[in-house]
Amino acid sequence: MTHPSYILEATYLIASCLFVMGLKSLSHPDTARRGMIMAAAGMLAALLGTLFHPDIHNYLWIAVGLVVGSSIGIPMAMVPMTAMPQRTALSHAFGALAASLVGIAEYVIHGNSMGGVKMGALGLEVMLGSLTVTGSLIAAAKLQEFMRGTPIQFKGQHFVNLAIGLGMVTCFVLWVIDPGAANANIYFFTLVGLSFLFGVMLVIPIGAADMPVVMSLLNSYAGLSSAATGFVLGNNVLIIAGTLDGFSGFILSILMCKAMNRSITNVLFGGFGAVVGTDTGGVGGTMREVTVDDVAVQLAYANQVVFVPGYGMATAQAQHACRELGNLLEERGVAVKYAIHPVAGRMPGHMNVLLAEANVPYSSLWEMDQINPEMPQTDVAVVIGANDVVNPDARDNPKSLIAGMPIIEVDKAKSVVVLKRGKGKGFSGLENPLFFKSVTGMLYGDAKSSLVNLAQAVQKV
Amino acid sequence: MIHVLFHPTALMAALVAGGEAAGKTTALDPAVVISSLYVFALAAFLGYQVISRVPPLLHTPLMSATNAISGISLIGSLVIAGSTYEHHQTLASLLGCAAVTSAMINVTGGFLITDRMLKMFRKKETVKAEEKK
Repeated sequence: MTHPSYILEATYLIASCLFVMGLKSLSHPDTARRGMIMAAAGMLAALLGTLFHPDIHNYLWIAVGLVVGSSIGIPMAMVPMTAMPQRTALSHAFGALAASLVGIAEYVIHGNSMGGVKMGALGLEVMLGSLTVTGSLIAAAKLQEFMRGTPIQFKGQHFVNLAIGLGMVTCFVLWVIDPGAANANIYFFTLVGLSFLFGVMLVIPIGAADMPVVMSLLNSYAGLSSAATGFVLGNNVLIIAGTLDGFSGFILSILMCKAMNRSITNVLFGGFGAVVGTDTGGVGGTMREVTVDDVAVQLAYANQVVFVPGYGMATAQAQHACRELGNLLEERGVAVKYAIHPVAGRMPGHMNVLLAEANVPYSSLWEMDQINPEMPQTDVAVVIGANDVVNPDARDNPKSLIAGMPIIEVDKAKSVVVLKRGKGKGFSGLENPLFFKSVTGMLYGDAKSSLVNLAQAVQKV
Repeated sequence: MIHVLFHPTALMAALVAGGEAAGKTTALDPAVVISSLYVFALAAFLGYQVISRVPPLLHTPLMSATNAISGISLIGSLVIAGSTYEHHQTLASLLGCAAVTSAMINVTGGFLITDRMLKMFRKKETVKAEEKK
C-alpha cells in the first residue's frame, strides 16, 4: 500500500475478526445465522473501507462490476436446495477466477518490476486460481449432468497429466528466476493456459460419487489462491480470509476421505467407479420384492424407524415426501430418526440441508456414529436412494473395492426396506449384498411416489 | 505427507525463502513478507481449531460461507479496477472489472444462500410451533 491509511486498515482488522467469529458461530445451528450476519457485515466494512482507498480514482468500472456481480449473485442464491452442489462448484469457479484475474492484472500492471517473492506468490495465485476455475466448471457440469458423471479415462492419462504438471512447474520456475527475460510473458501466459488445462484434466477422471472430496479440495484451492493474493498485495485480511477458506476445504476433504476410507491420491488418480466390481464375493440369490401396503403396516406398528437418505433422494426430490411420511409415523407414536452418512449426496452435508429444507428439525438428523449403536433396536430402516453407504460388503468383504469404508449398518436393523428406482447397480457399479439379505425388502419405483404412496397407505392402517 | 503436494503452504514458504536468498530487489519489504507469513501461519492454526468444531450437520453451509468469505479478493479487485496507471490502463481496468464481478457474485450469492440454508435448520419446538399455526 503506497499511502498507509489507518482507517482502511482498521476496517480490514474488524472484517478479519468478524470472519473468524462468524465461522466460530457455525459450531451450533442456533448461533450460526447470527454469526453469518456478522461475517457479512465484516465483508461490507471491508468493501466500504476499500472504496476510500487512496489509489482509487475512477469508480466507473467498480460500479459496473458491483452491479453486474450482484445481479448474477443474487439469482444464484435462489436455486433449489437440490442444486446446491453444482451451485457451490460454480461459485468456487467465480471465487478462483477473481483471484486469478487479480494476479494477471497485477502482472500486466507491474510487469517484471515485482521481485522474486511477489512473483512467486503471484505465480501460485494464478496457478491455483486458474486450475480451480476449470476444475470447478467441470465439476459443476458433471453435477448438473451436462456431462456424464462417470469417470473419463484414457490410456496414458497419468503421463499426460504429469507432462502438464511438469510444464507448469517449468514455466513457473523460468518465469520467477529471470523476470527480465524476453520470454517472460510467454512463460507467464503459458503457465496460465496450462493451469486451465490441468484443472480440466484433474476433474474429468473423477466419478460423481467422489464429488464431495473434489468439492472440498476445490474449495481449499480457491481459498489458498485468495491467500496468495494477500501475499502479492501485502494485505492481511486477504491472507486471513483465504487461509480460513483454504483450511476449511482441507479439513473437509480429509473428513470426506476418511468417510470413504480412501486417500486423497486415490480419489484423484484412482478413477474410482470405472472399474466394475469383480470382487463382490459371489453375491447372489434373490431379491425379495415387497408391496406398499406391507411396508405401510410394518412402519405403522414399529417402535423406531430410521430413514437413510442418499443421492437418490435428491434426484427424486423426495425430501418433502419423506418428511410427510415421517410426520405421520411420529403422530402414531413411532420414533423417527434420519441417519446421515458423511458422504451421502454430492457435497459435504448435502442430505442435512435437504431434510432441513423439508422441515425436519435438526435434532432428528443423526450422524453415522450416533445411529449405528441404535440399529439393533430399530424395527424398520428405510433406505432412500442410497447404496454404497449402506453396503455391508465394505465391512465384511476385505476384497471389496470399498472395503473399510464406514457404513450405516442398516443390515443390523430388524428389517430393511430399500426404495430403489430399478434393479440395476448403483453409481459405483458395485453389487450390494444388502439387497439379497433375508431382512431386506425391495420397493421399486420412483422414491418420491413410493413415499407418497406409503404415506397414504399408513393413514389407512 | 502427500497432502503437502496438494496444499502448497510448504512450497510457498520455500519460495519466499528462495526469493530472499536470490537477493533480488523485491517490491515487497522483507518485514512485510515475514509478517505476512506470521499472519498466514496463525490464521492456519486458528482456521483448523475453529473449523474442526463445525458439526457435519452444517458442512454445506460451512462450505458456502467460507466461499463467500474468500470473495474478499473483492478488495484487491476494487483497487485494480479503480486505479489509474501509466500503461495498459484499459486492459487493467477490464481485468479489474471482471474480477470485481466474479468476486461480487461470490459475496452476494454466498452470504445469501448461506443465510437461506441456516434459516432452515430449526429446533424441534420451533418446527412444531410453526406447524400448529
